[in-house]
Amino acid sequence: MASKFLHAIFTDDDILLKAVKALREKKYSINEVFCPFPVHGLDKAMGLPGTRLAITSFLYGLVGLAVSTWMMNFIMIEDWPQNIGGKPSFSYLQNMPAFVPIMFEMTVFFAAHLMVITFYLRSKLWPFKKAENPDVRTTDDKFLMEVSVNENNVQAIAEVLHENGASEIKLIDNK
Amino acid sequence: MYTMSSKLKLFSLALIIVGAIGLIYGFIDAPSSVEDVKEMLHAEDAAHLGDSVAMESSVVGEAAHGDEHAEHLFHQLQNKPWAAIYVPALFIFLISLGVFVFYALQNAAQAGWSPVLFRVMEGIASYLVPGGIIVYVLLVLSTLHLNHLFIWMDPEVVANDAVIQNKIAYLNTPFFLIRAAIYMSGWIIFSKLIIKNSRKLDEGFSLTLHKRNFKLSAMFLVFFIVTESMMSWDWIMSIDTHWFSTLFGWFVLASILVSAVTTIALVTIYLKGKGYLEHVNNSHIHDLAKFMMGFSIFWAYLWFSQFLLIWYSNIPEEVTYYAQRLEDYPVLFFGTLILNWFLPMLILINSDFKRVNWIVIFAGIIILVGNYINFFVLIMPGTVGESWFIGITEICSVLLISGIFIYTVFSALAKAPLTVKHSAFLKESKHFHY
Repeated sequence: MASKFLHAIFTDDDILLKAVKALREKKYSINEVFCPFPVHGLDKAMGLPGTRLAITSFLYGLVGLAVSTWMMNFIMIEDWPQNIGGKPSFSYLQNMPAFVPIMFEMTVFFAAHLMVITFYLRSKLWPFKKAENPDVRTTDDKFLMEVSVNENNVQAIAEVLHENGASEIKLIDNK
Repeated sequence: MYTMSSKLKLFSLALIIVGAIGLIYGFIDAPSSVEDVKEMLHAEDAAHLGDSVAMESSVVGEAAHGDEHAEHLFHQLQNKPWAAIYVPALFIFLISLGVFVFYALQNAAQAGWSPVLFRVMEGIASYLVPGGIIVYVLLVLSTLHLNHLFIWMDPEVVANDAVIQNKIAYLNTPFFLIRAAIYMSGWIIFSKLIIKNSRKLDEGFSLTLHKRNFKLSAMFLVFFIVTESMMSWDWIMSIDTHWFSTLFGWFVLASILVSAVTTIALVTIYLKGKGYLEHVNNSHIHDLAKFMMGFSIFWAYLWFSQFLLIWYSNIPEEVTYYAQRLEDYPVLFFGTLILNWFLPMLILINSDFKRVNWIVIFAGIIILVGNYINFFVLIMPGTVGESWFIGITEICSVLLISGIFIYTVFSALAKAPLTVKHSAFLKESKHFHY
């Protein structure tokens, strides 16, 4: 970890994107960007890898499908195969159409909820979590870029930020 | 400007010729009298039973029943080439109708991504006229008793059938043909008007024309949803005259829409591959592929809803429809579910795959084959029953109609620039990026 950060405030997302590109061209590493709303193309400009949340969701869906299939096969076919209204309970396949609504809902339930929980875990979100907000204005109308610096390049980076429209630049000690 | 390559012309003509020969063979091959069928049955029996004396006597004992059986089989075999041509004629005509519906939806929804694809959709919609004529001629020939596709058209059957007698107010040949004429002329007139306005817009943008097309598209969509529902009762459900289902129209609609979007995607990828359509990028393909996947899941939802409700309650008058299909068409019946839902869903669920041309083509072919089989399973059980077969006649009928389709569509595509010159959302569409 760098010992010091530069906090640059921007007032507009277009200017922010331009500054991100300029810094990346000069190979300076951007630590974090705080925005009040999603800025389209910011992840691409910062070179962040794509999310794999969709893949986890697909796998969770398969788990849900397996759970519902196993559950109904055990309850309705193996454990106590009753004749209920003449429905064939001899094998799972014979009575499957009746199980499909539950199989579908369980797939969706697992895929959705486990994916959301994964999202919370990966982004470290929970109730009573202490907010990590470097500047309260970033939740309202200001954009903040955090760049790690050292004694050698602090001046150069500050100049790049200044040239690309940062309205405030602050040097912060890393606590 | 696109010009139809001579290769493609030759290819479509070859399809037409091969298809026509196969279809004619199918008609010649069909037995011409009940006697032929009896002889055929005898030959089969001899092959199956050999010289067993005991069996011989049982065959003689069932002679009276055998007559009825032979006559039943005779009608089925006679219907075979008719049904073989009716399935692709209807299916591909409805694809072009579905493409036009999708086009009207884009107009009415003021979609910003699709104007660069408008000319492709207009080109495919041009098959409405020849396709409509083919289907209408087949319907007229049915009413002239040249075949037994629709049993309610046979006065002898109706005379002995109280259920059909109760439906006579709706199911009678003059009204049937008038209805068909109303649907088809409505669809064709709307398509001609909207496409004419789109061509006029090429001369210069005019808000009046844009608004007119918006209104026409909205009116067409209302007209379409009513006529589509009735069309599915008339042309498909009335084959199984004793059976009815309320969501049938939607089910057919889902099949039409998914095949239509797939056709748009395939033609677009073909034209893009030939170097036309400079403004189409993989985001457009991605959107089409999303529609393909969405509509194929919608199809499966309706397929299953219809099946589950009838299977669950198991009321004899409804369930014979599925009993017959499960008995005689098990592979095709469940095969459609795999081809139309399972494979497209798994292939197209990946966002990156939806941008890869060959994967979209692969999924598209699966969807088109699956939906052809879907129509096959809708129409065949009521017309040829257990005598179905996908042989020369069936395949050649598909070739014949696709040949006509390809020739019409690509020569229509050559008649106007492949990208519209003016549309309220053209610029947005050219820069469309997902």
